[in-house]
Amino acid sequence: MKNAVNREIPDELLQNGRKPFMGSGYYDGAEHQKVAPVVRAREKSFESKVLPSIREAIQQCGMKDGMTISFHHHFREGDYVINMVMEEVVALGIKDVTIAASSVGAAHDPVAEYIEQGIVVGLQTSGIRGKIGEAVSNGKLKTPAILRSHGGRVRAIEQGEVHIDIAFIGAPTSDCYGNARGVGGKSDCGVLSYAMVDAQHADKVVVITDTLVDFPNFPPSIQAVNVDYVVVVDAIGDPKKIATKAARMSQDPRDLMMAEYCAKVIAATPYFKDGFSFQTGAGGPSLAANRFLEPMLLEKNYKIKWIIGGITKPAVDLLNKGLVETIVDAQDFDIDSVRSVQDNPRHFEISTSQYASPGNKGAFVNKLDFVILAALEVDTDFNVNVITGSDGVLRGAPGGHPDTAAGAKCTIIVTPLVRGRMPTICERVVTVTTPGECVDVVVTDYGIAVNPRRPDLLAALTEAGLPLKTIEELKNEAYQIVGVPDQVEFYDRVVAIMEARDGSILDVVRQTKPMKL
Amino acid sequence: MKLIQTALAGTLESSDAQVTVENAENGIEISIESNVINQYGRQIKETVLETLDRLGVENARVKVVDKGALDCTLRARVECAVFRACGVDKDYPWGGAIR
Repeated sequence: MKNAVNREIPDELLQNGRKPFMGSGYYDGAEHQKVAPVVRAREKSFESKVLPSIREAIQQCGMKDGMTISFHHHFREGDYVINMVMEEVVALGIKDVTIAASSVGAAHDPVAEYIEQGIVVGLQTSGIRGKIGEAVSNGKLKTPAILRSHGGRVRAIEQGEVHIDIAFIGAPTSDCYGNARGVGGKSDCGVLSYAMVDAQHADKVVVITDTLVDFPNFPPSIQAVNVDYVVVVDAIGDPKKIATKAARMSQDPRDLMMAEYCAKVIAATPYFKDGFSFQTGAGGPSLAANRFLEPMLLEKNYKIKWIIGGITKPAVDLLNKGLVETIVDAQDFDIDSVRSVQDNPRHFEISTSQYASPGNKGAFVNKLDFVILAALEVDTDFNVNVITGSDGVLRGAPGGHPDTAAGAKCTIIVTPLVRGRMPTICERVVTVTTPGECVDVVVTDYGIAVNPRRPDLLAALTEAGLPLKTIEELKNEAYQIVGVPDQVEFYDRVVAIMEARDGSILDVVRQTKPMKL
Repeated sequence: MKLIQTALAGTLESSDAQVTVENAENGIEISIESNVINQYGRQIKETVLETLDRLGVENARVKVVDKGALDCTLRARVECAVFRACGVDKDYPWGGAIR
């Protein structure tokens, strides 16, 4: 049947309580019972949870065929943990494994091989890139991958839609009992927000660190009371790829023009007043928007109450200049943000549940005024795709995109009209990751479109004299430049399910068909 | 036009296309590699064939490595490669070879 974003969802997927997407906010107010893990009590006195190896930890946890193991992606493309654990899982002959990670990328290309071999049969993630994305798109994974937003992942774990048997949590520092932190080691990632829900809901929890510190390692991101074992390895990741140098502010005039438009859109809305809240993505034009925001704040003598999200240097700079009161942090993208969360008392680590879950009693995103986000594609219904490339292959991450878009009072998507020959504004996105009803304004280098659902914003932006166009006009302009694209062809087989935040089916991704001319 | 040598035009930069043409015996043989093949492969092929036809090339082996070039770029690269392959080195019909 067709769901609320007009996508055909195969009936065979709508079983075991799975529903088609009915619209954003449909489950607001619904009640559920949270699940709880099995806990093996440690009543007697003992000295340490440290085990000699990852293999030993897998064995002590009683890992068997068919189990689900989880990982976080705070080490980004520098992560060694998934590969180290999977190597041992495979060496022990364990089969039918499901990986439930907060994201996977090119750092985990070896896992694609395990998918091809049929050892890894399930994948649940909020991001998928590299060879894993290709393997799944080519139909190599036995069961459809399940893609969720960051908030949706927390909700699914808490509601028991995914049961984690063993969580392997890479940590820059840990003590011998498993109090783990994102700072103080040789591969600091700043925060361990994504792993918090895993620690609370997995039956077994293994902390893997390369820096064992004195007990107690406080204040901990992951609490020892939730940890079964600790393993010390030589390196949990490549520090250079975990906390990268701050991205250089874009000098591309196209990026800067779009960034300036974003700042002007913000200034034109009624939400631009002293004490607003703000999140921006880590892409070029989104980041550059910070640069245009600063003079506007100074001119009006406004301060930002809080900034949330993946944190980057521009946010830290605003905090240090006193233009932001508080940063709440669920991921760090560069060395500056890692140092800031360690040193600045107004820069706080939060869990991904606090950040974005639609299943708790109220996450930060619900109180966001503005979010600036990127997109691979936006269609004339304002639906956004951030997961599949123009060839239909999985190579992106919903991440916090659907969560912040749903929560923020003003959601701004910023994207160039065309990338190379690809029209970004199009008739129909390949995959819907964020429903159009959550998108308010689309900023491009050829003009700004306001979602007709927001006549209030349209009036405000018109009054401000911004270069407005309809989304149809933008699409037509894009097609005039690059030509009307043919529809990407797929086989019928569903290789991935894109879940909406509430767990209903927003869209499906099908197996890619090799192109024949 | 009759191709007398193998020739190449264009680059592998983003938004460009590299076109190689050489003489062949039996009509037009065309191979296309493109990072936008799923959505524009058919149009790239049409554009290349149309341009060859307009230039009066009846026999050629054409290889296109496309990096997301627009149609105007593709046409220009095909024209240039063909002129080079035909040994034309002056009096180019700037602005496009119009039949």
